Amino acid sequence: MRNETKATNPVLELKNVSKTYSVKQGLLGKSRPLTALRDLSLRLEQGEVLGLVGESGCGKSTLAKILLGLEAPTSGEVLVDGAPLGSQDRLALARRIQPIFQDPYSSLNPRKTIADIISLPLRVHGIGDAASQQAAVREILDVVGLPSRVMHTYPSQMSGGQRQRVAIARALVMKPDIVICDEPTSALDVSVQSQILNLLADLRRDLGLTYLFISHNLAVVEHLATRVAVMYLGRIVEEAETEALFDGARHPYSEALLTSVLTPDPSLGVPRMNLGAAYPNPIDPPSGCAFHPRCAKATEACARQRPAPVVDEDGLIACFHPNGMAPTRSRPAEAAPRLSASV
Amino acid sequence: MTQTVTNPTGAAFDRDPLLEQILGPTPGQMLRRRVLGHQGLLIGGAVIALLALMAIFAPLIAPHDPFAQSLMNRMEPPVFLGGSWEHPLGTDHLGRDYLSRLIYGARVSLLIGVVAAVISGVIGTTMGVAAGYFGGRVDAVVTFLINVRLAMPVVLVALAVVAILGGSLTVVTTVVGLLLWDRFAVVMRASTRQVRAREYVAAARAVGASTPRILLTEIMPNIANNLIVVVTLEMAHAILIEAALSFLGLGVQPPTPSWGLMVSEGKTMMLFEPWLVLIPGAVLFTLVLAINLMGDGLRDVTAPENRN
Ligand SMILES: Nc1ncnc2c1ncn2[C@@H]1O[C@H](COP(=O)(O)OP(=O)(O)O)[C@@H](O)[C@H]1O
Ligand SMILES: [Mg+2]
Repeated sequence: MRNETKATNPVLELKNVSKTYSVKQGLLGKSRPLTALRDLSLRLEQGEVLGLVGESGCGKSTLAKILLGLEAPTSGEVLVDGAPLGSQDRLALARRIQPIFQDPYSSLNPRKTIADIISLPLRVHGIGDAASQQAAVREILDVVGLPSRVMHTYPSQMSGGQRQRVAIARALVMKPDIVICDEPTSALDVSVQSQILNLLADLRRDLGLTYLFISHNLAVVEHLATRVAVMYLGRIVEEAETEALFDGARHPYSEALLTSVLTPDPSLGVPRMNLGAAYPNPIDPPSGCAFHPRCAKATEACARQRPAPVVDEDGLIACFHPNGMAPTRSRPAEAAPRLSASV
Repeated sequence: MTQTVTNPTGAAFDRDPLLEQILGPTPGQMLRRRVLGHQGLLIGGAVIALLALMAIFAPLIAPHDPFAQSLMNRMEPPVFLGGSWEHPLGTDHLGRDYLSRLIYGARVSLLIGVVAAVISGVIGTTMGVAAGYFGGRVDAVVTFLINVRLAMPVVLVALAVVAILGGSLTVVTTVVGLLLWDRFAVVMRASTRQVRAREYVAAARAVGASTPRILLTEIMPNIANNLIVVVTLEMAHAILIEAALSFLGLGVQPPTPSWGLMVSEGKTMMLFEPWLVLIPGAVLFTLVLAINLMGDGLRDVTAPENRN
């Protein structure tokens, strides 16, 4: 299954990235640190679709913002084609990496026409003159399945699905290689979600794009993603090929996510987790394995010590009691060998 | 017709003949509709337009020279109190035509309203937008300055400064303009923070747009409605402060016709000739009311919750 060349060609890489916000609590305004990402490492390989899945608040958007250079990590490194993000030209990066955001009602400036919104990247980068920019807008509208007559309308005149197509058009108008999709369908009506997912799949095939596809819902990434990373409270707890994960998740949290997907809930909104305890407060994370208060398999060791991520031929797993495996012995929580070491 | 749809998911959409009808009105059309349906806004706007025309064309409209004294015709009552049409609103204690002074007085009030609002608007908006957009230390400094400014009583400070520098239209306008920026800063800071969190700002940043470009094309158009409302509020505020200062004898100096000054000059006779105070007072009241009506109206028609 694993492709030898795949692991050697990361276009985007996070190395031990942490991000801490300071949040004020209450009126007295005592600042406390909130760690949104904890020592997180992740690679995005050329041409793949990496699904990043986890509950709301686990740090997915923070990770996306760091990859886009919109936020700086508190510690750790972000590499684009092996070179640090900070050392690279901002405009050149913008041409390579573009985002599609969650809320098409917030991602389009209500005061601008569709043509203005889509041509913004071209104008910022000084690509072509007004006429060729208009032509480019027409062309990309066609690609995302919108008629060119919407050019002179405003976002408020469009439906959510149409708006999301406009957001996709804006992301693609400069022909980037990498698209960071941060929950691109979760704000849309169920009936429209699959249209947008199909569009993203078609675009990826036709334009040879690499996606980081973020979702809180495993079901959404199933058909698109080639590989899935499951995130919990700022860490990756499991990484696997999509098929392998859906065949049998190793981490109890991934398993719970999968179960919630299979729940016959037609609304497909936020998956109903059959987990007892509530999602932990990121300001006060649980000791040891952050998932242990909600985990049926948790033992005393889980509360005491954090399982280090282990990379093997199937991907990555950070659990003392993974499914489909003999219980692993307790490992010290130190830097684990990365994927490349296993190839 | 020649359009080719390369994407299968888009095909159905493109053929939809209902599209044009499904598309609602443009934001411009919706705004026009709401403006025309808002009585307060229309009335306020009409009164202000009328007073503005009066101020601009004062030399053409005023029946007399507002400075011409005539000691023979002092304290003539207005027409409705038995006066003559020669002086429809009567004459003041120096025999100057009251209507003409009222008309010229509109110039002072509107001038100070507009200029002071522009000065304070530029200062307050710059500070507020910078604080809201950059946050952190910039925000802390601006918040501190706002608090310092709020700790100073406007009329007292204006009185003190005018007492030192001497009253003139320029001094009063400048002082008021330099004092009234606090609300601009507070409102613009809050709206900028709100707009900055929208994803289209993040999208513009991800595209590599420069900060000035983002401020001018993404932020400003989306906070402009709040700005307009504050402009109207502060215009009314400045006009009232000028009237108060002039009333206290520390504002515009005689013989310049200012409504506040007219009230002040009339107050000694108030018990015998109350119209000397009531007429300029009523006009001042009308202007401030009209500006507030317009401000409220603008807030109503541009409020985001009214928008789709
Ligand atoms: N700018 C910020 N300031 C403070 N806390 C933040 C900020 N952005 C995100 N967070 C916090 O970081 C955590 C992760 O947020 P986010 O990345 O948006 O999660 P997700 O996208 O997975 O729902 C949340 O607890 C959130 O409250
Ligand atoms: Mg998110």
